[in-house]
Amino acid sequence: MLPDIRGYTREDFWMRPASETNRQHHQTINTKDTQLLDLEGYGPLLLAGARLTVYVGVCAMMIAVLLGLIGMWCKFSRSVFVRFLADTYTTVIRGVPELVLILLVFYGVPTLIQDVSALIGRPVYVSLDPFTAGVATIGFIYGAFSTEVFRGAYLAVPKGQIEAAQACGMSRALTFRRIVLPQMMRFALPGLGNVWMVLIKATALISVIQLPELMRSADIASRNTRKPFTFFFAASLIYLAITIISNLVQQWAEKRAAKGIRRA
Amino acid sequence: MDIIIANLPRFFGATLVTLQITAIAVFIGFCIAIPLSVIRIAGPKFLSWPVYLFTFYFRGTPLLVQIFLIYYGSGQFMEQLHALGLWGLFQSPWFCAVLALTLNTAAYSTEIFRGGIQGVPAGEIEAARACGMSGALLYRRVVIPRALRIAWPSYTNEVIFLLQASSLVSIITVMDITGVAGEIATRSFAFYEVYLFAAAIYILIVYGVLWVFHRIEKRINAFLHVGSA
Repeated sequence: MLPDIRGYTREDFWMRPASETNRQHHQTINTKDTQLLDLEGYGPLLLAGARLTVYVGVCAMMIAVLLGLIGMWCKFSRSVFVRFLADTYTTVIRGVPELVLILLVFYGVPTLIQDVSALIGRPVYVSLDPFTAGVATIGFIYGAFSTEVFRGAYLAVPKGQIEAAQACGMSRALTFRRIVLPQMMRFALPGLGNVWMVLIKATALISVIQLPELMRSADIASRNTRKPFTFFFAASLIYLAITIISNLVQQWAEKRAAKGIRRA
Repeated sequence: MDIIIANLPRFFGATLVTLQITAIAVFIGFCIAIPLSVIRIAGPKFLSWPVYLFTFYFRGTPLLVQIFLIYYGSGQFMEQLHALGLWGLFQSPWFCAVLALTLNTAAYSTEIFRGGIQGVPAGEIEAARACGMSGALLYRRVVIPRALRIAWPSYTNEVIFLLQASSLVSIITVMDITGVAGEIATRSFAFYEVYLFAAAIYILIVYGVLWVFHRIEKRINAFLHVGSA
C-alpha cells in the first residue's frame, strides 16, 4: 500500500542531487520566519505549478471559446451534415470522462498516427508533449460545453434585431459581427464563467501525463518530504484561491456587461 | 480488436465496479445532502456556517486533490488512524475512492437541493402553514418533496458528472473501466482501440442513466404538464 510515499525516506531526500528546488530548500531552511509559507522549501515549486495551472487554463479556455463559437455557428448551419457533425461533437464529448479523453489523446493519437502511416508505407514516429496534449484536450472538451452556452446565448438575442439588420442590407456575417456577437457575449458570460470554473479544476488531470502543473508539483513535494497531506492541502487552498478570484472577476464582468440594461 | 474481444469479461467486471462505486457515492451523498441543505436554509448559524465551508471547499477544489488528500494524505496520520482503528479502512483504495466521491457529490448536491428549497413557491409553504403544519412536518411533507422535483434536472447533471468523475479512481489503482483500459493498453500498446472502447462504454452508461433519470423526471413532474400535452 502507498508505495510511492513509503518508497522515499528522509535520508533519501537529503542525498538527492542539488536541483533547483533543492538549492532553494537549503537557502531558505535557515530563515525561520519564512518557513511556514515556504513549505519546507517547496513553496516556490508550488507557486510555479500554480502559474502553469493558470497558464494551461487560460490557453485551454481560449481554444474552448473559439471552438464554442465555431460549434455554435455549425449548429445553426443550413447544412444538415454540418449540424449533424456539431451535434455529434457535443453529444460524444459530454458523454466521455475527461480523463479517458486525455489518455486517448496523449497515448492514442501518436499510436494511431504511427499505425496509419505504417499502413500507407511511410512510418512516422510522433509523440505529443504533455502541454500540447493537455491544452488541446481540455480546450476540445470544454469547447463542447461552450458550444451549448453560445447556442443558448444566440437564441436569447431578440429575433427582431437580426431581421432589422438584414433589412438594413447587412449580410449574415456582418449581422453576426455587428449585432449578434456583442449582445450574445453578455448572455453567454454566466455560462462561460461556469465553464471556466470547471475547466480550471479539470487541469489537475493533466498531472497524470506528467505536466508539472500545481497537482504534479504538490505530488513531487509530498513524495520528497513524505508529507502528502500538507502539500495536497496547500495545493487545494491555491485552487480555492483561484476559484475565489475567478468568482470576483466574473461578478465584475457581469456587472460591466449589464451596464445600460434596464433591470426589471 | 482481438485484444478487446479477449478482454471483454474484464471490461464487464470493470463496468460493474464503476457502476457500484458511483451508485454507493450517489446514494450516501444524497442521504447526507438532504439534511445539510435544510441546515443551510433553516439551521442556526453555528451549524449552517460549517456546512457552507464544507460545500465551498469541496466545490472549489478539483476532485483529484480530494482523492489524493484522502488516499495519500491519510498516510501522514497513520498513527492516529491506527489508534482509532480506522487505518484498515484507509488502507483500501476502494474505500478512499468511495469516501472522496461521496463527500464531493454531497457538497454539490447540497447546493443543488438548497436551490430547490429556495425555489419552492411561497404560496405552497403558506398553504401548509395554514393547514397547521410546521417544522419537521412542513419540510417532510411539503418543502422537500417539492424541492426535489424542482432540483431534479440539476441533480441529473450532477449524477452524470459523478459517473464520469469516477474514472479518477483508476489513478489510485481501483480497477474501474478506465483502470482496466489503462492496464490493457500499456500491456498491448493498443492505446486508441482500448481507450475508444472505454469511451464507448461510458457513453452508453451516461446516456442510459440520462434516459432513466428523464423517465423519473417525467413521472415526478407529471403534474406540471397537465393540459399542455
